[in-house]
Amino acid sequence: MDDRESLSIVLFSGTDDRLSAAAILIVGAAAMNRKVDILVQYWALDAFRKQGIHKPRGASAEAGIEGWEILQRSAEELGTAHWSDIFLQAKDIGEVQIHACSQSMDIFKLSMQDLDPMVDGVQGVAAFWAAATGQVVFI
Amino acid sequence: MSSIQVDILVDARGMACPGPLLGLIGAVREGTVGEVIEVTSTDEGSKTDIPAWVAKARHDLVEVIVEDSYTRFIIRKAR
Repeated sequence: MDDRESLSIVLFSGTDDRLSAAAILIVGAAAMNRKVDILVQYWALDAFRKQGIHKPRGASAEAGIEGWEILQRSAEELGTAHWSDIFLQAKDIGEVQIHACSQSMDIFKLSMQDLDPMVDGVQGVAAFWAAATGQVVFI
Repeated sequence: MSSIQVDILVDARGMACPGPLLGLIGAVREGTVGEVIEVTSTDEGSKTDIPAWVAKARHDLVEVIVEDSYTRFIIRKAR
């Protein structure tokens, strides 16, 4: 029995700001030895396609054009890693499982071959909840 | 001024959170037990992140030295 604290996180949004915010939470949780289970659905799943994972995906509505420009400028100035690379770092330093939501796979007619290799597999929602014994975060 | 011999220097100045912490984690993984790692950081978050991670990962935070424009964290790999 794994008695470590866990973090279950649902990625819904596919914008760069929300995925970056999620990446920071996840890498921090992995660093602090939490087991992390990630369920990727809807627009976030679209962002995890193998083709174009680094392509700019804009910011959420509250950021506006000005906010998006601030984010792009700061990424250049600070040399911040892309969210997808932070996810890879999280997988490297901790126990981080990334699963594609089965329903979203059906909606967008995707198969595992369409997704970035960092995605570990497809998961139904019951399996996600079976593993979600700790906190759940929805982004 | 610290008199401790540093084995690995991670200059993370200018990096945004959590870059300095990830640099430290990488250095700790590559180092051997007993080695001393120094991380220099301009990121304010490092002041809370690095001590929290060092305690959780059960290494030794030997010293934190605040310079004018950055902070130096001296860590000994304990296991």
